[in-house]
Amino acid sequence: MSKFDPALRDEIIAAIPNLRAFAISLSGSVDRADDLVQETLLRAFANIGSFRVGTNLPAWLFTILRNLFRSEYRKRRREVPDSDGAFAATLTTNPDQNSHLDFEDFRTALDKLPPDQREALVLVGASGFSYEEAADICHCAVGTIKSRVNRARKRLGELLAIESIEDFGLDKTTRGVLIASERV
Amino acid sequence: MSGKKIMNDEQAEGKSVTAGALSTTQLPEGNGSTLGSDIQAKIGQHLRAMYDDVVRQGVPDRFMDLLSQLDKPATTSASRESDEEVDR
Repeated sequence: MSKFDPALRDEIIAAIPNLRAFAISLSGSVDRADDLVQETLLRAFANIGSFRVGTNLPAWLFTILRNLFRSEYRKRRREVPDSDGAFAATLTTNPDQNSHLDFEDFRTALDKLPPDQREALVLVGASGFSYEEAADICHCAVGTIKSRVNRARKRLGELLAIESIEDFGLDKTTRGVLIASERV
Repeated sequence: MSGKKIMNDEQAEGKSVTAGALSTTQLPEGNGSTLGSDIQAKIGQHLRAMYDDVVRQGVPDRFMDLLSQLDKPATTSASRESDEEVDR
């Protein structure tokens, strides 16, 4: 005899892999991410009564996780990630190996984004939330999320353009101009 | 470190329009938009590939164990390690 609605329980279990991926992108560490997910599950079950059945369960769970991370973050700043990067520790395959853009470069660039921009980009670009859902999760306006995602993409584009210019065959002068424009 | 981060953020915010204009106007004609859209497509692919790699790992045992613990009748506190402590 289960204390919880089995359908709800199954839905929470189904959300765990996504919660982990989001937590890793926030915390920069697999271990801390799993602790965050655990704390999120404890909170979720303790407050299950406040969840309105039929509303967006994944968004509710993501909100709890993000709030936990934020309150912890205020206390101790994001630690320096593992030298190999958080995602590297979980990585089983190197996707798109023929790409001109090295996967390593991408992870480095993602790590350089301000946390607000990184979380917005991950929520919309990887977790599959709408701008509206992401705004609810981050407690901000839809326009703010859109602007964070745009700035994140632009910044990543700049960082990766610098990294990969030689791959695209641009000459040293153009490269210099791009690097200079990057610093404006 | 945090001070620097905030500054970078503000700088990025302040120059966002300029930076976009620069990167399109200063790249060679024709190459600019291709390079930009190619990189934007790669960003999306890499982001999802990284994320999905974690998602594909499924639910680690520790979370299934935790849920079983939480779901046990009469176990009111998740911090209880032993069932014997709950004498019912």
